[in-house]
Amino acid sequence: MIDKRFRRALDALHDVPDGATILVSGFGEAGNPTELIHALIEQGARDLTVVNNNAGNGEIGLALLLKEQRVRKIVCSFPRGSHSHVFDELYRAGRIELELVPQGTLAERIRAAGAGIPAFYTPTGVGTEIARGKETRSFGGRDYLLETALSADFALIKAERADRWGNLLYNKAARNFAPVMAAAAKVTIVQARHVLEPGDLDPETIVTPSIFVDRIVHVPDPVRESDHLAALDKARPA
Amino acid sequence: MTGWNREEIAARAALDIPDGAYVNLGIGQPERVADLMPAGREIILHSENGILGMGASPAPGETDMELINAGKKPVTLVPGGAFFHHADSFAMIRGGHIDVCILGAFEVTCSGDIANWSSGGNAAPAVGGAMDLVAGAREVRVIMSHQTASGRPKLVEALTLPATGLGVVKRIYTELAVLDPARGGFRLVELAPGVDLPMLERATGASILAG
Repeated sequence: MIDKRFRRALDALHDVPDGATILVSGFGEAGNPTELIHALIEQGARDLTVVNNNAGNGEIGLALLLKEQRVRKIVCSFPRGSHSHVFDELYRAGRIELELVPQGTLAERIRAAGAGIPAFYTPTGVGTEIARGKETRSFGGRDYLLETALSADFALIKAERADRWGNLLYNKAARNFAPVMAAAAKVTIVQARHVLEPGDLDPETIVTPSIFVDRIVHVPDPVRESDHLAALDKARPA
Repeated sequence: MTGWNREEIAARAALDIPDGAYVNLGIGQPERVADLMPAGREIILHSENGILGMGASPAPGETDMELINAGKKPVTLVPGGAFFHHADSFAMIRGGHIDVCILGAFEVTCSGDIANWSSGGNAAPAVGGAMDLVAGAREVRVIMSHQTASGRPKLVEALTLPATGLGVVKRIYTELAVLDPARGGFRLVELAPGVDLPMLERATGASILAG
């Protein structure tokens, strides 16, 4: 019998070593696996490289992981946010390394890793600072940059519905990076709002097939980052 | 009142979008375009975070933070809308399927070069999807303020900030005018109410070419 369910997030994350590279789903607040990140904080791994579109907001989830100084390097496209003060302070103090990657290149590097493609050429970033040090090659009279696949030890992602095999559905724009990240890590850990039995999900609508998923944690009522940010604003002296 | 306010600039940009177009809206000023779609046209808005058929801002109390735009603000989905993952979203962008994208900018030159990801100081740079959009969208348009807060022109002959893309911008909407980058200067398409040519020339860091 295949059962990828873990009762506790902390157990699902037990083997994350120091120095691991971790893909974290989410765009803004949509799709952030906040409970898994909080379990990672509790678990204690440090010196991490984290890949996310952003660099955390407020003092919750990824921002809290940064605040706890567990992250050596962040790979992202847009570290600026409405409440990105934790990252901003670490960056200005030179206490976190930033690899800035154009968003489409970031998605495709992760997709390529999951698909067994070591590198690809893209028109994105030609003629800019992003091209520095990268091979440029011309196809059909247009220049392209060589970008390499971005694989990871772990992926932490959030889904709306999972079955016990790990087939996944997402909610609206919370899908974002999760499907490509699920395929690109050695171990993919999912927090899902609903966990069902095989056969409960319509096979025509499954977005991430179970082969890409290793561990599932049921988080029926995930924290809302917007509530946290509102509370943070309220607490802040006017 | 001299010039267009932010809403009027976004409405003016929306007015140029043809019926049937697939249009990506970038972060900041372009986000407003979704609320100001011209009546009688079916225009499909794309958001880089995996939405086609993005609609206007939701009514108060109906926000869903898992349905947000590129600027992380809540939006709605129109009937016929679709969700997809990031690699598909950027296949649409990079693969040349987006008819028009509307971006914000720090600087645009009369050659169509654009800078909008790094302010050059010690603040962290943030590129998002801008470099993919300028590389892949069929037409790039910009909504921006005409000058910086300290009164420096943002429409210039040459970039002073790191480039996002070169020779890509086809049209610019500011509070003062609609302009097209053209060889040697910016071609005037339309002046905002109360703005005259000398005023526009003073605020612009390159020649203004008569329409």
